Amino acid sequence: MQSMVYLKDVVTLAHRPEICNGCGICLVVCPRRVFERSDGKINVAKRDACIECGACQRNCPQMAVTVRAGVGCASAIINQMLGRKKACCPSAY
Amino acid sequence: MRPPRLDQPFVTGTIETAAGSVPKVSNVFSRADRIGAFKVRWGIGRMKYRVDAGLYAMGEPTAESPVFVTANYKLTFDLLRRAIASIDGWILVLDTLGINVWCAAGKGTFGTDELVERIESSRLDDLLSHRKLILPQLAAPGVAGHEVKKRSGFQVIYGPVRAEDIPEFLGKGLKAEERMRTKDFGFKERLALVPMEVVPAVRLALLAAAGLFVLSLLFSGFSISKALGWFAISATAIVTSVLAGAVFTPLLLPWLPGRAFSIKGFVMGLLFAFLVVPFVYISSIPGTAVLLISIPAMAAYLAMNFTGSSTFTSLSGVRKEMRFALPLEIGGTGIGLLLWIIALLGR
Repeated sequence: MQSMVYLKDVVTLAHRPEICNGCGICLVVCPRRVFERSDGKINVAKRDACIECGACQRNCPQMAVTVRAGVGCASAIINQMLGRKKACCPSAY
Repeated sequence: MRPPRLDQPFVTGTIETAAGSVPKVSNVFSRADRIGAFKVRWGIGRMKYRVDAGLYAMGEPTAESPVFVTANYKLTFDLLRRAIASIDGWILVLDTLGINVWCAAGKGTFGTDELVERIESSRLDDLLSHRKLILPQLAAPGVAGHEVKKRSGFQVIYGPVRAEDIPEFLGKGLKAEERMRTKDFGFKERLALVPMEVVPAVRLALLAAAGLFVLSLLFSGFSISKALGWFAISATAIVTSVLAGAVFTPLLLPWLPGRAFSIKGFVMGLLFAFLVVPFVYISSIPGTAVLLISIPAMAAYLAMNFTGSSTFTSLSGVRKEMRFALPLEIGGTGIGLLLWIIALLGR
Protein backbone atom coordinates (compact mmCIF):
# COMPACT_ATOMS: atom_id res chain seq x y z
CA MET A 1 0.00 0.00 0.00
CA GLN A 2 1.05 3.60 -0.42
CA SER A 3 3.17 5.19 2.24
CA MET A 4 1.30 7.81 4.23
CA VAL A 5 2.97 11.19 4.69
CA TYR A 6 2.27 13.67 7.46
CA LEU A 7 2.63 17.48 7.41
CA LYS A 8 4.98 19.16 4.93
CA ASP A 9 8.15 21.11 5.77
CA VAL A 10 8.12 20.67 9.53
CA VAL A 11 10.81 18.16 10.45
CA THR A 12 14.10 19.14 12.08
CA LEU A 13 16.27 16.62 10.23
CA ALA A 14 19.64 17.89 8.98
CA HIS A 15 22.38 15.99 7.18
CA ARG A 16 25.86 17.43 6.81
CA PRO A 17 27.49 15.90 3.76
CA GLU A 18 30.85 17.51 4.56
CA ILE A 19 31.37 15.27 7.62
CA CYS A 20 29.46 12.21 6.34
CA ASN A 21 31.73 9.30 5.50
CA GLY A 22 29.06 7.45 3.56
CA CYS A 23 28.95 4.40 5.83
CA GLY A 24 25.24 4.03 5.13
CA ILE A 25 24.02 3.02 8.59
CA CYS A 26 21.31 5.70 8.25
CA LEU A 27 20.01 3.86 5.19
CA VAL A 28 19.71 0.72 7.32
CA VAL A 29 18.06 2.13 10.43
CA CYS A 30 15.60 4.62 8.92
CA PRO A 31 12.13 3.04 9.00
CA ARG A 32 10.84 5.64 6.54
CA ARG A 33 13.47 5.37 3.81
CA VAL A 34 14.30 9.06 4.08
CA PHE A 35 17.90 8.73 2.89
CA GLU A 36 19.29 7.53 -0.40
CA ARG A 37 22.70 6.97 -1.85
CA SER A 38 23.46 8.47 -5.21
CA ASP A 39 26.94 8.56 -6.77
CA GLY A 40 28.24 7.05 -3.53
CA LYS A 41 27.02 10.00 -1.48
CA ILE A 42 24.24 9.96 1.10
CA ASN A 43 21.52 12.54 0.82
CA VAL A 44 18.08 13.26 2.20
CA ALA A 45 15.62 12.15 -0.46
CA LYS A 46 12.25 12.12 1.28
CA ARG A 47 12.38 14.78 3.91
CA ASP A 48 8.65 14.96 4.66
CA ALA A 49 8.55 11.23 5.33
CA CYS A 50 10.83 11.69 8.37
CA ILE A 51 9.15 11.02 11.72
CA GLU A 52 12.01 12.34 13.86
CA CYS A 53 12.52 9.00 15.59
CA GLY A 54 16.23 9.74 15.93
CA ALA A 55 17.51 6.35 14.76
CA CYS A 56 19.89 7.90 12.19
CA GLN A 57 21.29 10.41 14.63
CA ARG A 58 21.83 7.81 17.36
CA ASN A 59 23.64 5.43 15.03
CA CYS A 60 25.71 7.85 12.97
CA PRO A 61 29.34 7.41 14.08
CA GLN A 62 30.29 10.73 12.44
CA MET A 63 27.45 12.75 13.99
CA ALA A 64 26.67 13.91 10.48
CA VAL A 65 22.91 13.61 10.97
CA THR A 66 21.02 15.64 13.52
CA VAL A 67 17.36 15.73 14.37
CA ARG A 68 15.36 16.89 17.36
CA ALA A 69 14.10 13.43 18.19
CA GLY A 70 10.77 12.83 19.84
CA VAL A 71 7.49 11.04 19.53
CA GLY A 72 4.71 12.46 17.37
CA CYS A 73 2.00 11.83 19.91
CA ALA A 74 -0.68 14.37 20.76
CA SER A 75 -1.80 12.71 23.99
CA ALA A 76 1.76 12.71 25.33
CA ILE A 77 2.01 16.45 24.60
CA ILE A 78 -1.37 17.06 26.28
CA ASN A 79 -0.35 15.02 29.31
CA GLN A 80 2.84 17.02 29.48
CA MET A 81 0.88 20.29 29.34
CA LEU A 82 -1.36 19.05 32.15
CA GLY A 83 1.70 18.15 34.18
CA ARG A 84 0.92 14.44 34.09
CA LYS A 85 3.74 12.00 33.66
CA LYS A 86 1.81 9.40 31.72
CA ALA A 87 3.47 8.79 28.40
CA CYS A 88 2.15 7.64 25.12
CA CYS A 89 2.47 4.08 24.06
CA PRO A 90 0.35 2.14 21.63
CA SER A 91 1.29 -1.13 23.26
CA ALA A 92 -0.52 -3.20 20.67
CA TYR A 93 2.72 -3.61 18.77
CA MET B 1 20.97 -9.05 37.98
CA ARG B 2 18.85 -12.16 38.58
CA PRO B 3 18.50 -14.70 35.79
CA PRO B 4 14.96 -15.15 34.42
CA ARG B 5 12.60 -17.17 36.63
CA LEU B 6 11.80 -20.71 35.58
CA ASP B 7 8.19 -20.60 36.74
CA GLN B 8 7.06 -18.33 33.89
CA PRO B 9 4.34 -20.19 31.96
CA PHE B 10 6.20 -20.25 28.63
CA VAL B 11 9.39 -21.80 30.10
CA THR B 12 9.59 -25.51 29.39
CA GLY B 13 12.90 -26.40 31.03
CA THR B 14 16.54 -25.41 31.05
CA ILE B 15 19.62 -26.14 29.01
CA GLU B 16 23.15 -26.23 30.40
CA THR B 17 25.69 -23.96 28.75
CA ALA B 18 29.17 -22.56 29.28
CA ALA B 19 27.43 -19.54 30.82
CA GLY B 20 25.32 -21.55 33.26
CA SER B 21 21.82 -22.93 32.88
CA VAL B 22 19.48 -21.05 30.59
CA PRO B 23 15.67 -21.30 30.57
CA LYS B 24 14.20 -22.82 27.45
CA VAL B 25 11.07 -21.25 26.00
CA SER B 26 8.16 -23.02 24.37
CA ASN B 27 7.80 -22.55 20.62
CA VAL B 28 4.03 -22.97 20.91
CA PHE B 29 1.78 -19.94 21.03
CA SER B 30 -0.68 -21.25 23.60
CA ARG B 31 -4.29 -20.45 24.40
CA ALA B 32 -3.13 -18.56 27.48
CA ASP B 33 -0.79 -16.44 25.31
CA ARG B 34 -3.67 -15.70 22.94
CA ILE B 35 -6.01 -14.67 25.75
CA GLY B 36 -3.28 -12.53 27.32
CA ALA B 37 -2.68 -10.76 23.98
CA PHE B 38 -6.39 -10.10 23.54
CA LYS B 39 -6.70 -8.66 27.03
CA VAL B 40 -3.80 -6.22 26.74
CA ARG B 41 -5.13 -4.91 23.44
CA TRP B 42 -8.19 -3.86 25.40
CA GLY B 43 -5.99 -2.29 28.03
CA ILE B 44 -6.39 -4.94 30.74
CA GLY B 45 -3.25 -5.47 32.82
CA ARG B 46 -1.08 -3.95 30.14
CA MET B 47 1.67 -2.65 32.37
CA LYS B 48 2.04 -6.02 34.08
CA TYR B 49 2.31 -8.04 30.86
CA ARG B 50 6.01 -8.68 31.16
CA VAL B 51 8.60 -11.39 30.96
CA ASP B 52 11.77 -11.46 33.05
CA ALA B 53 14.75 -9.81 31.40
CA GLY B 54 17.73 -12.00 30.60
CA LEU B 55 18.79 -14.84 28.37
CA TYR B 56 16.51 -17.60 27.04
CA ALA B 57 16.96 -20.48 24.62
CA MET B 58 14.70 -21.37 21.71
CA GLY B 59 15.08 -24.93 20.37
CA GLU B 60 18.57 -26.42 20.81
CA PRO B 61 20.97 -23.51 20.34
CA THR B 62 24.76 -23.82 20.35
CA ALA B 63 27.67 -21.37 20.67
CA GLU B 64 27.26 -20.54 16.97
CA SER B 65 23.53 -19.85 17.09
CA PRO B 66 22.14 -16.38 16.43
CA VAL B 67 21.10 -14.08 19.29
CA PHE B 68 17.88 -12.11 19.00
CA VAL B 69 17.47 -9.11 21.27
CA THR B 70 13.99 -8.00 22.30
CA ALA B 71 11.91 -6.08 24.83
CA ASN B 72 10.31 -7.54 27.96
CA TYR B 73 6.75 -6.66 26.94
CA LYS B 74 5.17 -10.10 26.60
CA LEU B 75 3.28 -9.21 23.43
CA THR B 76 6.61 -8.30 21.80
CA PHE B 77 8.37 -11.35 23.22
CA ASP B 78 5.61 -13.61 21.87
CA LEU B 79 5.85 -12.07 18.39
CA LEU B 80 9.53 -12.98 18.34
CA ARG B 81 8.88 -16.42 19.85
CA ARG B 82 6.38 -17.21 17.10
CA ALA B 83 8.63 -15.85 14.35
CA ILE B 84 11.61 -17.99 15.35
CA ALA B 85 9.64 -21.04 16.54
CA SER B 86 11.52 -23.33 14.19
CA ILE B 87 14.96 -21.76 14.67
CA ASP B 88 17.61 -22.76 17.21
CA GLY B 89 18.68 -19.49 18.77
CA TRP B 90 19.14 -17.35 21.83
CA ILE B 91 16.75 -14.65 22.98
CA LEU B 92 18.20 -11.79 24.98
CA VAL B 93 15.37 -9.91 26.68
CA LEU B 94 16.14 -6.37 27.82
CA ASP B 95 14.36 -4.76 30.74
CA THR B 96 12.24 -2.16 28.96
CA LEU B 97 9.75 -1.85 31.85
CA GLY B 98 7.19 -3.87 29.92
CA ILE B 99 7.17 -1.51 26.94
CA ASN B 100 7.43 -2.53 23.28
CA VAL B 101 10.63 -2.11 21.27
CA TRP B 102 9.73 1.08 19.39
CA CYS B 103 8.40 3.02 22.38
CA ALA B 104 11.15 1.78 24.68
CA ALA B 105 13.80 2.79 22.14
CA GLY B 106 12.23 6.25 21.95
CA LYS B 107 12.41 6.53 25.73
CA GLY B 108 15.92 5.11 25.83
CA THR B 109 15.06 2.10 28.02
CA PHE B 110 15.76 -0.14 25.03
CA GLY B 111 19.12 1.55 24.86
CA THR B 112 22.88 1.20 24.62
CA ASP B 113 23.44 1.04 28.41
CA GLU B 114 20.80 -1.60 29.07
CA LEU B 115 22.05 -3.72 26.16
CA VAL B 116 25.69 -3.55 27.23
CA GLU B 117 24.82 -4.42 30.84
CA ARG B 118 22.58 -7.29 29.78
CA ILE B 119 25.31 -8.71 27.52
CA GLU B 120 27.62 -8.80 30.54
CA SER B 121 25.14 -10.09 33.12
CA SER B 122 24.00 -12.84 30.76
CA ARG B 123 27.63 -13.82 30.12
CA LEU B 124 27.29 -13.84 26.34
CA ASP B 125 31.10 -13.72 26.17
CA ASP B 126 31.29 -17.24 27.65
CA LEU B 127 28.23 -18.54 25.85
CA LEU B 128 29.04 -17.67 22.25
CA SER B 129 31.80 -18.28 19.77
CA HIS B 130 30.66 -15.33 17.64
CA ARG B 131 30.18 -11.66 18.50
CA LYS B 132 26.99 -10.67 16.69
CA LEU B 133 23.58 -9.64 17.99
CA ILE B 134 20.46 -9.28 15.91
CA LEU B 135 18.33 -6.35 17.02
CA PRO B 136 14.96 -5.28 15.70
CA GLN B 137 15.48 -2.32 13.38
CA LEU B 138 12.97 -0.32 15.39
CA ALA B 139 15.34 -0.41 18.36
CA ALA B 140 17.71 1.92 16.49
CA PRO B 141 16.37 5.18 18.03
CA GLY B 142 17.65 3.92 21.40
CA VAL B 143 20.72 1.88 20.57
CA ALA B 144 23.95 3.25 19.11
CA GLY B 145 25.44 0.25 17.34
CA HIS B 146 28.95 1.70 17.14
CA GLU B 147 28.96 2.39 20.90
CA VAL B 148 27.80 -1.11 21.75
CA LYS B 149 30.68 -2.46 19.68
CA LYS B 150 33.16 -0.21 21.47
CA ARG B 151 31.90 -1.07 24.95
CA SER B 152 31.12 -4.78 24.65
CA GLY B 153 32.87 -6.06 21.56
CA PHE B 154 29.55 -7.20 20.16
CA GLN B 155 28.43 -6.09 16.72
CA VAL B 156 24.86 -4.88 16.43
CA ILE B 157 23.09 -6.08 13.32
CA TYR B 158 19.77 -4.46 12.67
CA GLY B 159 17.32 -7.08 11.53
CA PRO B 160 13.97 -6.51 9.86
CA VAL B 161 11.28 -4.21 11.27
CA ARG B 162 8.85 -7.12 11.65
CA ALA B 163 9.81 -10.26 13.56
CA GLU B 164 7.97 -12.40 11.02
CA ASP B 165 10.64 -11.56 8.42
CA ILE B 166 13.46 -12.97 10.57
CA PRO B 167 13.62 -16.43 8.94
CA GLU B 168 13.97 -14.80 5.50
CA PHE B 169 16.54 -12.36 6.90
CA LEU B 170 18.62 -15.27 8.21
CA GLY B 171 18.17 -17.20 4.97
CA LYS B 172 19.56 -14.28 2.96
CA GLY B 173 22.71 -14.07 5.08
CA LEU B 174 21.52 -11.29 7.41
CA LYS B 175 20.40 -9.06 4.56
CA ALA B 176 17.06 -7.28 4.71
CA GLU B 177 15.22 -6.23 1.60
CA GLU B 178 13.81 -2.71 1.39
CA ARG B 179 10.36 -4.12 2.14
CA MET B 180 11.62 -5.47 5.48
CA ARG B 181 13.12 -2.13 6.44
CA THR B 182 9.98 -0.01 6.31
CA LYS B 183 7.22 0.41 8.80
CA ASP B 184 3.88 0.34 7.04
CA PHE B 185 0.53 1.04 8.63
CA GLY B 186 -2.02 -1.17 6.96
CA PHE B 187 -5.72 -1.57 7.60
CA LYS B 188 -5.30 -4.63 9.82
CA GLU B 189 -2.77 -2.88 12.02
CA ARG B 190 -5.01 0.16 12.37
CA LEU B 191 -7.91 -2.13 13.21
CA ALA B 192 -5.85 -3.77 15.96
CA LEU B 193 -5.18 -0.32 17.42
CA VAL B 194 -8.81 0.80 17.48
CA PRO B 195 -9.55 -0.74 20.92
CA MET B 196 -6.64 1.28 22.30
CA GLU B 197 -8.33 4.43 21.03
CA VAL B 198 -11.86 3.47 22.03
CA VAL B 199 -11.18 2.47 25.64
CA PRO B 200 -9.84 5.84 26.85
CA ALA B 201 -12.36 7.69 24.65
CA VAL B 202 -15.26 5.78 26.22
CA ARG B 203 -13.88 6.43 29.69
CA LEU B 204 -13.87 10.15 28.95
CA ALA B 205 -17.28 9.91 27.28
CA LEU B 206 -18.90 8.21 30.28
CA LEU B 207 -17.61 10.91 32.59
CA ALA B 208 -18.93 13.65 30.32
CA ALA B 209 -22.26 11.88 29.86
CA ALA B 210 -22.71 11.51 33.61
CA GLY B 211 -22.11 15.23 34.07
CA LEU B 212 -24.49 16.16 31.26
CA PHE B 213 -27.20 13.89 32.65
CA VAL B 214 -26.98 15.59 36.03
CA LEU B 215 -27.30 18.95 34.23
CA SER B 216 -30.38 17.68 32.34
CA LEU B 217 -31.93 16.59 35.64
CA LEU B 218 -31.30 19.97 37.20
CA PHE B 219 -32.79 21.88 34.26
CA SER B 220 -35.84 19.61 34.06
CA GLY B 221 -36.72 20.08 37.69
CA PHE B 222 -35.81 16.46 38.39
CA SER B 223 -38.24 14.95 35.92
CA ILE B 224 -36.48 11.82 34.68
CA SER B 225 -38.48 11.53 31.47
CA LYS B 226 -37.84 15.15 30.49
CA ALA B 227 -34.20 14.89 31.45
CA LEU B 228 -33.74 11.78 29.33
CA GLY B 229 -35.25 13.56 26.34
CA TRP B 230 -32.77 16.41 26.65
CA PHE B 231 -29.89 14.17 27.51
CA ALA B 232 -30.49 12.28 24.25
CA ILE B 233 -29.00 15.11 22.18
CA SER B 234 -25.75 15.29 24.10
CA ALA B 235 -25.49 11.52 24.35
CA THR B 236 -25.91 11.31 20.57
CA ALA B 237 -23.15 13.88 20.13
CA ILE B 238 -20.77 11.93 22.36
CA VAL B 239 -21.42 8.47 20.91
CA THR B 240 -21.23 9.77 17.34
CA SER B 241 -17.94 11.58 18.00
CA VAL B 242 -16.33 8.47 19.46
CA LEU B 243 -17.43 6.42 16.45
CA ALA B 244 -16.28 9.05 13.97
CA GLY B 245 -13.04 10.11 15.66
CA ALA B 246 -11.75 7.00 17.43
CA VAL B 247 -13.07 4.23 15.17
CA PHE B 248 -13.74 5.35 11.61
CA THR B 249 -10.99 7.96 11.27
CA PRO B 250 -8.23 5.47 12.18
CA LEU B 251 -9.73 2.84 9.89
CA LEU B 252 -10.22 5.12 6.88
CA LEU B 253 -7.09 7.21 7.56
CA PRO B 254 -5.39 7.06 4.14
CA TRP B 255 -8.58 7.94 2.29
CA LEU B 256 -9.63 10.95 4.34
CA PRO B 257 -8.72 14.42 3.06
CA GLY B 258 -6.05 16.54 4.74
CA ARG B 259 -2.69 15.68 6.22
CA ALA B 260 -3.35 16.71 9.81
CA PHE B 261 -5.23 14.04 11.77
CA SER B 262 -7.55 16.69 13.24
CA ILE B 263 -8.69 17.64 9.76
CA LYS B 264 -9.34 14.01 8.88
CA GLY B 265 -11.32 13.62 12.12
CA PHE B 266 -13.18 16.88 11.53
CA VAL B 267 -14.28 15.74 8.07
CA MET B 268 -15.38 12.37 9.41
CA GLY B 269 -17.21 14.07 12.29
CA LEU B 270 -19.03 16.46 9.98
CA LEU B 271 -20.12 13.57 7.79
CA PHE B 272 -21.38 11.63 10.81
CA ALA B 273 -23.12 14.72 12.20
CA PHE B 274 -25.12 15.16 9.00
CA LEU B 275 -25.95 11.46 9.06
CA VAL B 276 -27.35 11.45 12.60
CA VAL B 277 -29.21 14.77 12.56
CA PRO B 278 -32.25 13.39 10.67
CA PHE B 279 -32.58 10.58 13.22
CA VAL B 280 -32.69 12.75 16.32
CA TYR B 281 -35.92 14.50 17.17
CA ILE B 282 -34.91 18.07 17.77
CA SER B 283 -37.45 20.84 17.81
CA SER B 284 -35.03 23.73 17.97
CA ILE B 285 -32.36 25.11 15.71
CA PRO B 286 -29.81 25.35 18.56
CA GLY B 287 -30.35 21.62 19.19
CA THR B 288 -29.35 20.83 15.61
CA ALA B 289 -26.42 23.21 15.85
CA VAL B 290 -25.22 21.37 18.96
CA LEU B 291 -24.70 18.23 16.89
CA LEU B 292 -23.27 19.96 13.83
CA ILE B 293 -20.70 21.90 15.86
CA SER B 294 -19.71 19.62 18.72
CA ILE B 295 -19.43 16.31 16.83
CA PRO B 296 -16.80 17.51 14.32
CA ALA B 297 -14.87 19.26 17.12
CA MET B 298 -14.82 16.22 19.41
CA ALA B 299 -14.12 13.82 16.54
CA ALA B 300 -11.17 16.03 15.50
CA TYR B 301 -9.79 15.86 19.03
CA LEU B 302 -10.09 12.07 19.21
CA ALA B 303 -8.55 11.69 15.75
CA MET B 304 -5.66 13.92 16.80
CA ASN B 305 -4.95 11.50 19.62
CA PHE B 306 -4.40 8.78 17.05
CA THR B 307 -1.15 10.50 16.01
CA GLY B 308 0.65 8.59 18.77
CA SER B 309 -0.54 5.22 17.53
CA SER B 310 0.23 5.95 13.91
CA THR B 311 3.62 5.26 12.44
CA PHE B 312 4.19 8.31 10.30
CA THR B 313 3.87 11.41 12.48
CA SER B 314 6.69 13.54 13.83
CA LEU B 315 6.88 15.54 17.06
CA SER B 316 7.39 18.81 15.13
CA GLY B 317 4.38 17.99 12.98
CA VAL B 318 2.10 17.11 15.89
CA ARG B 319 3.11 20.30 17.70
CA LYS B 320 2.23 22.33 14.62
CA GLU B 321 -1.06 20.51 14.22
CA MET B 322 -1.98 21.04 17.87
CA ARG B 323 -1.28 24.75 17.73
CA PHE B 324 -4.13 25.34 15.32
CA ALA B 325 -6.37 22.38 16.10
CA LEU B 326 -6.55 22.21 19.89
CA PRO B 327 -8.10 25.69 20.41
CA LEU B 328 -10.69 24.94 17.72
CA GLU B 329 -11.51 21.56 19.21
CA ILE B 330 -11.95 22.94 22.70
CA GLY B 331 -13.84 25.96 21.32
CA GLY B 332 -16.19 23.84 19.21
CA THR B 333 -16.97 21.52 22.11
CA GLY B 334 -17.54 24.51 24.39
CA ILE B 335 -19.88 26.20 21.92
CA GLY B 336 -21.77 22.91 21.54
CA LEU B 337 -22.22 22.71 25.29
CA LEU B 338 -23.33 26.32 25.49
CA LEU B 339 -25.89 25.90 22.68
CA TRP B 340 -27.19 22.77 24.37
CA ILE B 341 -27.79 24.68 27.60
CA ILE B 342 -29.41 27.52 25.64
CA ALA B 343 -31.65 24.98 23.91
CA LEU B 344 -32.66 23.54 27.28
CA LEU B 345 -33.45 26.92 28.77
CA GLY B 346 -35.45 27.90 25.67
CA ARG B 347 -37.96 25.08 26.10
